[in-house]
Amino acid sequence: MTGPFLRTYLPDTLNEKEILRYAGSKEKSLPPEATECLKALPDGTAGRVVFALYPITETPNGLDLGFTVTDSVNLKKNLRGCSHIALFAATAGVGFDRQVRKFERLSPARALWYQAIGAAYAEAVCDAFCAELRAEYGEIRPRFSPGYGDLPLSMQRDIFTALQPEKHIGVTLGENLFMTPSKSVTAIAGILQV
Amino acid sequence: MQPIEFIQRNVTLLDGGMGTLLQAAGLAPGEAPERWNLTHPQEIVNVHLAYYNAGSNIVNTNTFGANLLRFSSEELEKIVCAAIKNARAAASQSKNSAPKFVALDIGPTGKMLEPLGTLPFEEAVAVFARTVRLGVKYGADLIVIETMTDLYETKAALLAAKENSDLPVIVSNAYTENGRLLTGACPEAVIATLEGLGADAIGVNCSLGPAALLPVIETYLTHASVPVLFKPNAGLPTEKNGKTVYDVTAADFAKTMRIAVEKGVRLAGGCCGTTPEYIAALCEQTADLAPAPTEKKNFTVAASYTRTATFGKKPLLIGERINPTGKKRLQQALRENDMQYVLNEAAEQESLGADLLDVNVGLPELDEAALLPRVIKELQEVTDLPLQIDSANPAALENAMRLYNGKPMVNSVNGKKESMNAVFPLVKKYGGVTVALTLDENGIPDTAEGRLAIATRIIKEAETYGIDKKDIVIDPLCMAVSSDPAAAVTVLECLRRIRMELGCHTVLGLSNVSFGLPNRDALNGTFFALAAAAGLSGAIINPRSTDLMKAYYAFCALNGLDENFISYIEHAPALASNTTPSPADPAKATEPAAGSALQRAIETGMKANAAALTEAMLAHTDPLLIIEKEIVPALDTVGIGYEKQKLYLPQLLMSAEAAGAAFEKIKAHGVSGGEKTQPKGKIVIATVKGDIHDIGKNIVKLLLENYGYKVIDLGKDVSPEAVCEAVLASGAPLVGLSALMTTTVPAMRDTIALLKEKAPACKVIVGGAVLTADYAKEIGADYYGRDAMATVRIAEELRG
Repeated sequence: MTGPFLRTYLPDTLNEKEILRYAGSKEKSLPPEATECLKALPDGTAGRVVFALYPITETPNGLDLGFTVTDSVNLKKNLRGCSHIALFAATAGVGFDRQVRKFERLSPARALWYQAIGAAYAEAVCDAFCAELRAEYGEIRPRFSPGYGDLPLSMQRDIFTALQPEKHIGVTLGENLFMTPSKSVTAIAGILQV
Repeated sequence: MQPIEFIQRNVTLLDGGMGTLLQAAGLAPGEAPERWNLTHPQEIVNVHLAYYNAGSNIVNTNTFGANLLRFSSEELEKIVCAAIKNARAAASQSKNSAPKFVALDIGPTGKMLEPLGTLPFEEAVAVFARTVRLGVKYGADLIVIETMTDLYETKAALLAAKENSDLPVIVSNAYTENGRLLTGACPEAVIATLEGLGADAIGVNCSLGPAALLPVIETYLTHASVPVLFKPNAGLPTEKNGKTVYDVTAADFAKTMRIAVEKGVRLAGGCCGTTPEYIAALCEQTADLAPAPTEKKNFTVAASYTRTATFGKKPLLIGERINPTGKKRLQQALRENDMQYVLNEAAEQESLGADLLDVNVGLPELDEAALLPRVIKELQEVTDLPLQIDSANPAALENAMRLYNGKPMVNSVNGKKESMNAVFPLVKKYGGVTVALTLDENGIPDTAEGRLAIATRIIKEAETYGIDKKDIVIDPLCMAVSSDPAAAVTVLECLRRIRMELGCHTVLGLSNVSFGLPNRDALNGTFFALAAAAGLSGAIINPRSTDLMKAYYAFCALNGLDENFISYIEHAPALASNTTPSPADPAKATEPAAGSALQRAIETGMKANAAALTEAMLAHTDPLLIIEKEIVPALDTVGIGYEKQKLYLPQLLMSAEAAGAAFEKIKAHGVSGGEKTQPKGKIVIATVKGDIHDIGKNIVKLLLENYGYKVIDLGKDVSPEAVCEAVLASGAPLVGLSALMTTTVPAMRDTIALLKEKAPACKVIVGGAVLTADYAKEIGADYYGRDAMATVRIAEELRG
């Protein structure tokens, strides 16, 4: 295992279609209200990623990911042919949670837009990180998160033990296995060859 | 020698990283290092010993994560006991003659505090308190709270340390590359808050290398009045030949640390990636440096969880709107527990330029000691302006100051013995900038001499508590000129002399001056300009007053406090007339076509227009008619559009907000007109246990309220028992339950089952992404609400 390493990203454009989709809107472009929210991102917003690289091996008990062993069929399929994984946690930060909580009380429409923009921001951070992985290591597999398919959400605990995102990027794990800040992602990205 | 004396007289050397060394000694990934105190004591002693031998004066015990959230009470006690014993053993084994101390190390809990996370503030205090008491019991020399990334959690830890020990407490935070904590606090806010709470030394550790953190350290050195600690990483982790290594060498690390010590850092060490080699190099590099004196700084600073308001040349504006005295609508809101109104007042004052907000909720029939902290907590969710906690009730003050995230202003103390005895212990304990009124047992002196004498006495009394003059701002109390023509002149003299003779900052409630005279805003505005010119540093004002805001921007522009007149020019258009401009001309709304104009405003989600049009209509139309003939039909039109998918969720919400603004006007009218609109009926709503998704539930709530229902919102992650209790207590005939995840549908089923047993008459409507009509029936729900509009329709139908 190598890591954990830290990266910071400041995505300069977000996918407007994604924002509209997250907000449940079917309009063609962002309405003025949403554009205002997009222009007024929370102070100091930055995407932060903590990651570590692990060699993976098949064992009789399942797939050994270096930080835990899993019998997930879906993940195994996703990682077929990979020698390593990048395990990562990414976050758009607490600023979005603060804006959402603020506007839930003052302007629910804005709260909805900040939810959507925060989700799109977190995705953009993951995309930027995975693009760097691709540039460094060549082909990688689509990222796979606990809760997808048969990969249990309970793997979150193992990920938090391995990466300590609390300390590195300020992401904490609640009893219910949800993360705070809410605009955070944990995922595994398979690497064919390190 | 006591550790605090040593720190005050020397450059104190700290230890370096622990994790990397333990991994090299065989600590497995994921294994709790704290347990090694018990299972591998020799390895732990060896690490401490290596640091003492390298020159460390203070080593931190191996207890970073030793708290009740990670370990049972019994195991925690064993760990802390062994950890201190191990560090002591190393101290006695070391042949280094330098003084050696053992610090109980306390790291973050790993959980996010409320409101962002789920850990209540007092629970965090209790968790830290347990570790602190064990540290005291087993003989630690001092306490080091470190690597804290959230100001609120830092406050909880420091408060726990101060409440449960007399040991010196050092507090160190971890900053990101943008110079802030991960949860947003700037160094100035952290410094003000921690010094207010009585930290003996403060500083910066972890996250980055020494060079990258130098700017933050410089801010500490210019603002802190206590010794400053610096314990950076050995740079950043990088990969080298399949291994994780840090990119700053011991020699380079020590060189940069030498610069920091020359600048004034008094406690120096290393964090992640540093080893005894780094500390030895640091010891060698700094051996010839004399400790820089720690000087008292004179900044008068209030802070929120992100930023500060600093008293100085430019007067600070303290918004006065959240104070029920003479404000019937706010009184009604507080009595009805209508937080929305209070929060809107805060947001509006912020948008109009307030630097701080005064918060007073004192009404005779309300439990202020419970209400004030609750309002403070809610306000800190919608604004990051520093708050001025305003109460004459010491219990209310204490509860609010304790819970406040940052360093508050405290309004107020006065020259009466009783007042000082009640307020100063709280300020000493929790920190704060206190407003001191120049009155005492004999009332308010007529002369400036008399008021200065009281101010001087208050400052002296504060000193006996260890509260510095910089944390007192004097309010020389302005009376009405209509009853005392010399009132304003006397206060202006006080302002000048307090600044010059006492060296204190001042604050005034401005609007008193005009009491009893017409066109009060004009007097207030001019008085503001006079007072500011006489040195007033903070004005408690209504930011809605255009005359006053004009005087403020003009004063700043004329006094060289507004570079390039940016603020003045920006606000010139809005302040051109004497009335706060409204987005629509309400005069037009009195035309017969106004009804349909209001409908259009709601349908298109024009919040400000809807409010202005409603206000205009209220002059000649029955409020109930406006609701029935205008607002509800408009909402129906939008609702149908949404159901037919011609409109989408954001538009639906904007219309609901516009309708809400119209309702707010009607409510305000009800207060002045003496009539009230009756709610249609009560509905309890909740997101079920285990589920934290509440967007859908909140939308349902908003629409139901628009349609006139009294919604009892229990929030998210709500247990079946709590839902039942609320239904029984309120007698609500309808319950709405929301769930987004398949995993929480069983909780929904349990809630329905319990409701059917305890409150069989109550109907249950369920909604949420995973539900279908069939699924709803299967788990025993009476109705399925496909979306928010459908839920409203069902409620309306049930009402008949």
